[in-house]
Amino acid sequence: MLELSETQTAGGMATPMTPAWTRKDLLDTDTLSAAEIELVMETATAMHEIRTRPVGKVATLRGTTVVTLFYEQSTRTRASFEVAAKAMGADVVNLSATGSSVEKGESLIDTVRTLEAIGADVVVMRHGRSGAPYLAARNTRASIINGGDGTHAHPTQALLDLFTMRRHVGDLAGRKVVIVGDVLHSRVARSNLWTLLTAGASVTLCGPPTLLPRTLAGGQGDNRVVVTTDFDSALHGADIVMALRMQKERQEAGLIPSLREYIGGYQLNARRLALANPGALVMHPGPMNEGVEIAPDIAHGIGSVIEEQVTNGVAVRMAILYLMAAGKRS
Amino acid sequence: MSETIIRGGRVIDPANGIDAVLDVLLRDDLVAAVGAALRAPAARVIDATGRIVTPGFIDLHAHLREPGFEQKGTIATETEAALRGGFTTVCAMPNTSPAPDSATVVEALKERIARDARVRVFPIGCVTRDRAGKALAEIGELAAAGCVALSDDGNPVADARLMRRALELAGARGLPLSEHSDDPDLHGNGVMNEGRISERLGLAGEPAAAEIAAIARNLALCEATGGRLHIAHITTARGVELVAEAKRRGLPVTCEVTPSHLFLTEDAVFGAGPEPAYDTNARVNPPLRTEFDRRALLEAVNDGTIDAIATDHAPHAIEDKLCEFDLAAPGISCFETAAGSLLTLIERGELALPAVIAALTAGPARAFALGARVPGLGTLSPGAPADVTVLAPETRWTVDVRRFASKGRNTPLNGVELHGAVERVFVAGVERFALEVAYV
Repeated sequence: MLELSETQTAGGMATPMTPAWTRKDLLDTDTLSAAEIELVMETATAMHEIRTRPVGKVATLRGTTVVTLFYEQSTRTRASFEVAAKAMGADVVNLSATGSSVEKGESLIDTVRTLEAIGADVVVMRHGRSGAPYLAARNTRASIINGGDGTHAHPTQALLDLFTMRRHVGDLAGRKVVIVGDVLHSRVARSNLWTLLTAGASVTLCGPPTLLPRTLAGGQGDNRVVVTTDFDSALHGADIVMALRMQKERQEAGLIPSLREYIGGYQLNARRLALANPGALVMHPGPMNEGVEIAPDIAHGIGSVIEEQVTNGVAVRMAILYLMAAGKRS
Repeated sequence: MSETIIRGGRVIDPANGIDAVLDVLLRDDLVAAVGAALRAPAARVIDATGRIVTPGFIDLHAHLREPGFEQKGTIATETEAALRGGFTTVCAMPNTSPAPDSATVVEALKERIARDARVRVFPIGCVTRDRAGKALAEIGELAAAGCVALSDDGNPVADARLMRRALELAGARGLPLSEHSDDPDLHGNGVMNEGRISERLGLAGEPAAAEIAAIARNLALCEATGGRLHIAHITTARGVELVAEAKRRGLPVTCEVTPSHLFLTEDAVFGAGPEPAYDTNARVNPPLRTEFDRRALLEAVNDGTIDAIATDHAPHAIEDKLCEFDLAAPGISCFETAAGSLLTLIERGELALPAVIAALTAGPARAFALGARVPGLGTLSPGAPADVTVLAPETRWTVDVRRFASKGRNTPLNGVELHGAVERVFVAGVERFALEVAYV
C-alpha cells in the first residue's frame, strides 16, 4: 500500500494501528467492518482538509484512470466522483449508457472488460438493476465502486452521510436516526442502515406501509431497527432526521394514493422537526422535491446539513478512490 | 427374444404396493415378472445388490426447447439429459416457437420426437392460441393429436372466464389442464420470492399470495366445471393446504413440485458468501421460497398430497444467465440433478424414499392418465413397458455442469456434493444409460 506520508497530502493521518484497505471493490456497506469504516472516515478527514486549501488539489492519483460508467441519469454523484478524482490528479473518462456501445447491445461484462483493457483502474458504476456492480466486479480486475445500483445500495452516499453526521454529532453510538420516505425502494436507506448499525446508532425507518420493508425490523436481533408508519411518534428523541426523495412514479404505480396524502403524513416540516431532539440534524441525499418530502424552510433551515452532505461527498469519494487505487498499486 | 434380469435390488413399485428385495425380469420391451429368485437362464444378469430398482421416472413438466430455441436445447440433447436423470417418460411443455396450439404443429413435433428422442416424450398442447391468453386453442384437435395435457406454461391463463371454458372443454376430453398458478397483477415485475432476501437485495418480489390467490381461483373453477386441474410446480405452504383441502372434498385436482423447490430456498439467490451473489442460476419462476414453505412441500410429498415430482427442466444458453439478475431468463437445468438432490434429501431424512418413488412413477402416470396411452406405464406390472431406473443410493458425486448432456448448464447446484445417483436406465428393455460407461 502506498504510504500516506510519502504523498505529502495526508501526513500524520495513518497510524500503525490503522488497518490496510484490502478490498478490490466497494459494492455496499453491509460487510464493511468498523475498522474499515474508520479508515474511510480518517482518510476523508484528511481529504476534507485538502479541499479547504486554496488550491485543493494533489497529485496522488496521477497515472490512475478512473472511469465513470453511468447507466442511469445522475448529476451529483457523477460530478462528485469526477471532481474527487481530478482533485487527486487522476485521469477521468465519463461514459453514459446512451451514446456508447451499450446502446448497441453490449453486455455489462463485455463493457467492463473493455474498460479494463483500455486501462481503467477504477470504474465508478451506476446501474438501474440491483446487483449489477457485483456482476461487473466478478468479471474484471478493475476496481468497481458502486455509485448506486437499482433499489439496492449506494455505499458512497452512506459513507458521506456518516461522515457528515460525525462532524456534527460525534460518536453515533446510542444516537437515534430517523429515515423517512420510500424506504423500500431506497438504496440510500439500505446502505445507511448498515453503516449506522455498525456505528452503534439505532435506526427508525418510517413511511407509508406500501413503501416500508417488512423484514428489516429488529436489525441484528438487538432491536436497534424500528419500522413504523407513524412519523410523529418516530421523531420523538431523534438526533438526526433524513428525508428520502419521493418519486412521482410511486403514485402512478399505485403505491400511494396521492402525493398530497403523502405530504400530509410524511413531509418533514417545522411542526414535525420540533418533535425531534433540539438541534436535530436535517439531511437529504438529494435531489430534493422541496414541498413534497421536505418543506423548503426546513431544507434550508438552521438544522439542515444538506449542502454540506454534497461538499463532504467529494472528500469521502477522494478517500475511497485513494484507498482503492493505492491498494491496487501495492 | 432378449432377456435381462435385474437381481437382488430393493424393488419399489408403488402402483403394485411392492417394496422388497426382489428380481425384475425384462423380456424384449416389456416387464415379464417381478419376484424372488426368478429363473432366467438365458438372461443378461445385472447385480443390483444395494441398489434401488423402480419403474422409469415420469416427468410431467419439462422444456425441451425444440422447435424454436435450439441454442438452449434440442429434443436430442434434452432427452439424453432426461435419460441420465432416470426419466424414461417426459411431457414436453409447449413454450416453443411455434407453440403447439394446433394439431398441425403437434404432428410436426411428434415427427421430430420419433426421430430424435432418447426417451418417451408426450406433447402438452396450448390452452390458448400462441399461449397469448386471448382465444382458446382448438382443444378437441389437440386431444385427438395426442396431447396428454394442456398448458400455457409460464403464461398463466389470467382471464378467469377463459380458464373456465378451457376446463370445461379439456375436461370433456379427459385432459388435465396444467396451470402455472400465478396472479399476474400480484406477480408484477417480481423476480424472486418477496421477503427477507428480496428486501435485502433490492430486488422486486413476487409475493406468495400471487400463487395462493391463483390456486384458490383455479380450484373454484375446477369445482364449478368438474374439469381436471393440475397445479404445476406448487411452491407455497398455503397453496399445498388449499390443494389438500380440495382433494378431501373430492375435486379432480392433482399437483406437482420441483426438486429445486424441495432442495433450495430463496437464500440460494444470495448465495453462501458474506456478500450477495445475485445468483442468476437461482432465478426461477415460480421462485424459490422460504424454508417454511420448503418444509411444507417436503411434508406434502411424504403424505402424498403432492402427486408428482416434476423437474421443470429449463435449459438456457450461457448468455441467458450471464447478465444482471432481473434480466436473466428464469429456469433451472434440472434433469441431471433431480434424482441426486432427491436422494440427498432422503439421506438427510427429509423425504421418504417410497413417497419419492411414487411421486416419480405411479403418481405422475395417474395425474396425466398415461396408463391409458401406454398400458402399465409407471409400473413394473407384467406386460408394462420395460422402462426401469436403477439407483445407487450410496454413490456420492459432485455436480459438474461441464459433464451435463443438457445444453443448459444453468443450475445453482454446480459444485454441490449429492448423495445418491442414477446408475442404469432401461427404456423399452434396452439399457440406454449406465453410469460407469457414461462418465469414465
